[in-house]
Amino acid sequence: MKRSYLFLPGNQPTMLQNGAVLPADVLIFDLEDSVAPAEKDAARELVASALRSIDYGRRGLAVRINDLEKLYVKKDLEAVVTAGARSVMVPKVNGARTLHHVAVMLDLIEEECGIEKGRTKVIALIETALGIEKAFEAAMSTPRVEALALGGEDLCADLGCPRTKEGTEIFYSRSRLLLAARAAGVDAVDTPFTDARDEEGCYADTVYARDLGFDGKLSISPHHLRPIHRAFTPTEEAVAFALEVVDAMERAKREGRGAVSLRGKMIDLPVLRQAERTLELARASGMLTAETEGASL
Amino acid sequence: MTRQTKVMPSLGEAIRQSGLRDGMTISFHHHLREGDRVLNSVLAECSVLGLKDLTVNASALMGCHRSILDFVRDGTVTGIECNFMHAQIGQAISRGALEREVVFRSHGGRPAAMDRGESRIDVAFIAASAADGAGNCNGKQGNAAFGSIGYAMPDAEHAQYVVVVTDQLFEYPLIDASISEESVDAVVVIDSIGDPLRIMSGTTRVTRDPIGLLIAEQAAKAIGASGLLRDGFTFQTGAGGTSLAVAQYLGEIMREQGIVGRFASGGITGLLVNLLHEGLFETLLDVQCFDREAVLSIGEDARHGEISATRYASPAAKSSVVDHLDVVILGATEIDTDFNVNVHTDSNGVIMGGSGGHSDTAAGAKLSIIVAPIMRARMPLIVDRVGTISTPGEDIDLLVTQYGLACNPRRSELASRLECAGLPIVSIHDLKAKAESITGVPTRSTHMGRAVARVISRDGMLLDTIAMIED
Amino acid sequence: MNSKQMKRARAGTLESGDVLVTIEPADALEIKLYSPVINQFGDAIMRSVREVVESFGVTSGTISLEDQGALDCTIRARLATAIRRSFEEEEGVDA
Repeated sequence: MKRSYLFLPGNQPTMLQNGAVLPADVLIFDLEDSVAPAEKDAARELVASALRSIDYGRRGLAVRINDLEKLYVKKDLEAVVTAGARSVMVPKVNGARTLHHVAVMLDLIEEECGIEKGRTKVIALIETALGIEKAFEAAMSTPRVEALALGGEDLCADLGCPRTKEGTEIFYSRSRLLLAARAAGVDAVDTPFTDARDEEGCYADTVYARDLGFDGKLSISPHHLRPIHRAFTPTEEAVAFALEVVDAMERAKREGRGAVSLRGKMIDLPVLRQAERTLELARASGMLTAETEGASL
Repeated sequence: MTRQTKVMPSLGEAIRQSGLRDGMTISFHHHLREGDRVLNSVLAECSVLGLKDLTVNASALMGCHRSILDFVRDGTVTGIECNFMHAQIGQAISRGALEREVVFRSHGGRPAAMDRGESRIDVAFIAASAADGAGNCNGKQGNAAFGSIGYAMPDAEHAQYVVVVTDQLFEYPLIDASISEESVDAVVVIDSIGDPLRIMSGTTRVTRDPIGLLIAEQAAKAIGASGLLRDGFTFQTGAGGTSLAVAQYLGEIMREQGIVGRFASGGITGLLVNLLHEGLFETLLDVQCFDREAVLSIGEDARHGEISATRYASPAAKSSVVDHLDVVILGATEIDTDFNVNVHTDSNGVIMGGSGGHSDTAAGAKLSIIVAPIMRARMPLIVDRVGTISTPGEDIDLLVTQYGLACNPRRSELASRLECAGLPIVSIHDLKAKAESITGVPTRSTHMGRAVARVISRDGMLLDTIAMIED
Repeated sequence: MNSKQMKRARAGTLESGDVLVTIEPADALEIKLYSPVINQFGDAIMRSVREVVESFGVTSGTISLEDQGALDCTIRARLATAIRRSFEEEEGVDA
């Protein structure tokens, strides 16, 4: 379950170290915006070294590379892929072309390094008007794409609108990106909340994105991990109901029926899928262990 | 009959009147923290008067007291006793600046030693932000208000001669007298007892360090699962950023579960004052104030009480607050695999702190929790044997780090409780190995110099000695 | 690598957990280490430094490390960056 994606500034050793214990579902080592142009080489070296030697456990590890206009991209990709990054986040994705380039480079690097072809996944960061318009095309451009992520700050700059805490200005873009991701069968990751000190604001923003259908949220601050995870934690009632649904559907299956009545309501496949998602979130937030699940079934 | 006035025209005159002679012991408190001007002024005056061979017994020596080293050099001071010593002074002591060994006690051990007659104070100089001409005084009023004056109360009781030093003289009688006239011999008014801006120095804000917060959250969960968190709960936490964060997360749990604590004690911060106002604790028992909010609160809120060091933590008292503690949150610069904690010396063996109330609260509380990251920069927290034993391992129950919680093997029932609550319980040996897998295994040089300090346990026994550093 | 012209170069910072590496051209190889953990990790740090220096084939220059308690992986990365920069390998500002 990938609820939280935490950016770690690529040129700060302590932050790279802290990442090993921060409870983010995915860590994104940043070589782009948080690194000054003159320090790109240092950050690349540092991130590669950290990926090689620090035990980050079982969480997702991604590296945000520099955008394709810059000359660092190939070096970025070589360094981090050989060091073991499983995903790269590509910034400023404006449709399929950007990702084709990256895919070709990844093919080469994987072959050169004897890495299984296609292993390195891509998270497409969509942060321009053109990117939003072509989000679906980008998501379908290569099977490497695992998620579309929204970058609200750059997007607003491109749109020429103020970026507000409420985020009404990006409502359409969020929905559009979500549709594209769902249609392509990849994850949808919401834009980061930008006020590091406002944990309640981050919580509200995450609840909003969750209710639109987003799978997870980018985060620019470790302080946002708690509110993000809280927002993605289902209520106990929802979990109890989901367990009942799964139970009822299993009975229905044994009895050879496609739908079943639970508390006077018809339960069918879409309801089961929602229930399974709820249980997955419950497991991710530590509400369910194998033991408690067994007991309640 | 006519009474002689206690108000002296100058510090020098007060010292002369006190009968202070070479070789005697003078005492100070550290409630003015990094803003204190009294200790330095008194020592300067003693030096001018040509006094030699004095022992300074201070509840703590802060960085602002580093000029004590000048008076060590000129022979005015040849003995130091304290419960805490700032690194700026500690470095010199560790390199042999003082011939005699420094005596380290704890906040409870210091008054206990006076009670038992092991520690004699000839003249106590008590800084007070408000005093009247008879010596009734407190730290709650006046321009340089610092709140509780708890650490000075045993000095007032035991010293042969007591001088109250103030910069604001009030009309007799000062009603709210924390130290009353019956024990005061002299009053001196000086220009300034301390810099109010520096009095409130120190780390008294909740940490923003994500690792500190992670540790604090786990510690709060551990308290929640310990079985001790119920109505009537009693709690103490230090003023370090991570310790304060524990109080904050604990407040969240108490709020959620509707639990009201009986008291929080020790050094008091604005965070605890807020918990009091919110009704999450019924009272605060305050031996020292760490920030402005605490100083304001102790001056106006009857539920926020001032306690003496004796009542706070003395093992010689018939009972003390620490004996009523359920949980205390403490820090550590080093902890060893037997749970002994070092807060006196750094990883190179140089003096940089002291027990304060560490060993007192650890001995008294039902659950003593150390919160600390498994390494600071590259230096691992957990060692085979601490450089200095400040608090014996038998008094420490739980270590909380970012890589898991280690229970003292003596507390297996606690381990199973925490494990049932889903907390990651690991052995302290595993935590040590984890840290060393990140930092590498440190090599340790053995320090073979003469002893420069003795650490005395709260019961008056020798706990450890600190050796000189030879560069 | 010594065939190329070496120049003064730096990498890293003086923040806690980092190390500032400075390389100056010199006839002989000299390594200077300043570290708060020199008693505990001085030997280990020097071993890593020599390993990295050798892997780049560097045989001369004054390399000084102002360590702030950096982990081994950080020391290796900063040193490698400094050596590359010293041989003008860094791309610098957007070319």
